[in-house]
Amino acid sequence: MPCGLFHNRYRTDERIFQTIWARSWLTVFGLFVLSMPFFVTDYIVYVTNTIFIFIVGAIGLNILTGFTGQISIGHGAFVAVGAYTSAILTTKLGLSFWIALPIAGFFTALIGMIFGIPSLRVKGLYLVIATLAAQFIIEYTIIHWENLTNGITGIFVPSPELFGFFFNTDKKFYYLLLAFAVAAVASGRNIFRTRVGRAFIAVRDRDIAAEIVGISLFKYKLLAFAISSFYAGVAGSLWGYYTNVITPEHFTIVLSIDYLAMIIVGGLGSIIGTVFGVIFITILPELLTTFSLLLKSTFGQITTLLSAIKGLGFGVTVILFLIFEPEGLAEIWRRIRAYWKLWPFSY
Amino acid sequence: MTGNISFFLQLFLTGMVVGSIYALVALGFVLIYKSTSILNFAQGELLMFGAYVCLALTVELNIPFIWSFLLTLFFSFALGALLERTILRPMIGESIISVIMITIALSTVMRSLIQIVWGTETKVFPPTFSEEPIHFLGLFIAEIHLYSLSFALICVALFGLFFKFSSAGLAMRVTAFDQQIAHTMGINIKRIFALAWAISAIVSSIGGIILGNINGINNLLAHMGLKVFPCVILGGLDSIIGAIVGGFLIGILENLAGGYLDPILGGGVKDVAPYVFLVVMLMIKPYGLFGKVLIERL
Repeated sequence: MPCGLFHNRYRTDERIFQTIWARSWLTVFGLFVLSMPFFVTDYIVYVTNTIFIFIVGAIGLNILTGFTGQISIGHGAFVAVGAYTSAILTTKLGLSFWIALPIAGFFTALIGMIFGIPSLRVKGLYLVIATLAAQFIIEYTIIHWENLTNGITGIFVPSPELFGFFFNTDKKFYYLLLAFAVAAVASGRNIFRTRVGRAFIAVRDRDIAAEIVGISLFKYKLLAFAISSFYAGVAGSLWGYYTNVITPEHFTIVLSIDYLAMIIVGGLGSIIGTVFGVIFITILPELLTTFSLLLKSTFGQITTLLSAIKGLGFGVTVILFLIFEPEGLAEIWRRIRAYWKLWPFSY
Repeated sequence: MTGNISFFLQLFLTGMVVGSIYALVALGFVLIYKSTSILNFAQGELLMFGAYVCLALTVELNIPFIWSFLLTLFFSFALGALLERTILRPMIGESIISVIMITIALSTVMRSLIQIVWGTETKVFPPTFSEEPIHFLGLFIAEIHLYSLSFALICVALFGLFFKFSSAGLAMRVTAFDQQIAHTMGINIKRIFALAWAISAIVSSIGGIILGNINGINNLLAHMGLKVFPCVILGGLDSIIGAIVGGFLIGILENLAGGYLDPILGGGVKDVAPYVFLVVMLMIKPYGLFGKVLIERL
């Protein structure tokens, strides 16, 4: 029995799931996720659905920020562009979900590229500020272009339909969103086994060096913005169809910060970390809500403070993560795996 | 015609007043950036903290305004130094994004704590300044606006003198210029970092108190912290004089844009104009009017 994992062929080295254990655990996990709606409450299905949507958006942000090194705090606005595009296409032009969704994705990619242009001249802190501006400009446009977006009243979006089957309950939506989340994870993981993905990583590690070895910064930085925004657009579009109503309030800078927190808590430049981060950041406020409601009997008017308590919990968690575990949940996961890999003979 | 000119001048003057507060906050922001290379997203919360503490001291403890003002500065100083010591110091040497995220998280925490302690409804300062507007060349200026403008200018001048002549100010400038040189000169860099945060907190809370006296205090005050970005980009991220000029320019610009474009675009232009300007600025002159151009070598 080998005392470690040794590859003697490139094919085995390139595999995503390298050991039989990884593959079998994945199967078990897959079966669990598939059967989940049958034994949990509607509320948990709802939370899981939002997790699926956030996974799509967060993987987009991690491709841009974690893998390509272009920090963006305007991701929430790009999600909004996707949501509004598909909502307008569905309500005004009567397009079906299956056509409106990809169009929304591509349109958001275009907008993302436009706001990615400053990244060609500035980087690091300056780019952060440029994407912050993108957030505010897009938000303003959505609120004030009233005959297209209905302003702050928002748009009602009908449920998607496939051959007469309406996705109109949480459980029906579950499998649709699961498919999108799996597709996002799989495509996100596979981008980085291609030429484009490796170019992204080279740009992140040292963009001048990357340019010297022949990677066109112009092309790849804009491409990173486009791909990232495409994911954001799809996530926004799904969100619109799932919640049936979209208002500008959902897509403020708070959403952008949530997305950033997800990939940072999860682990920058890690797809599996993104999934962990999304789960963590989505469940945290739900747990805090439940916890505060339990305390309600002791402290009377705690419900008025609920948003403050959520904010406090969120902020403290992120600060603790950044100080004590800067590599995020992905690193914890790696350590756990490394421990069990050769257990009990780890020496 | 005269109506047009006085409309313009009125907007210009209001812009100057708002701009003076922007300049103060931007000054605090640049101070932190220059000496510690941290982009501080919690600047608006420092401002809000100052405003609320001053209000609590004045209203709840019945301390005369001028004393509560000075006490607030002391508290802000302590808060700034404390934040640097506990939260920002472990982040030295971490990547840009981690440091940005920790200041964002810090802003969330501070805003939530303020909300828990003081609630969400708007509070107003007891009237300290007369509300009778002053007539000046056919324009109306509230007394508080005049105070705010002159006070901001005094602060800016004081800090200018501080950086030019005091040994602490000199040490801060050396640290900003080159940390290694500062270290060899026997300057305690960690102390300088703490000092930068403390002074920045003081400057912001002065801005917060002035703003609180004009508009009342609520959670929206924290948005000022984000408005500061256009100012510092315009002036150059690492230039103190740039922050002040940028603050005034953005204040004037947003009021002019609001005054002239609101009727055409239907409201709210004031809030978005600085950011549009910011993007344009980043595309044509990314390092601002006074900023140091970064030349990167492999």
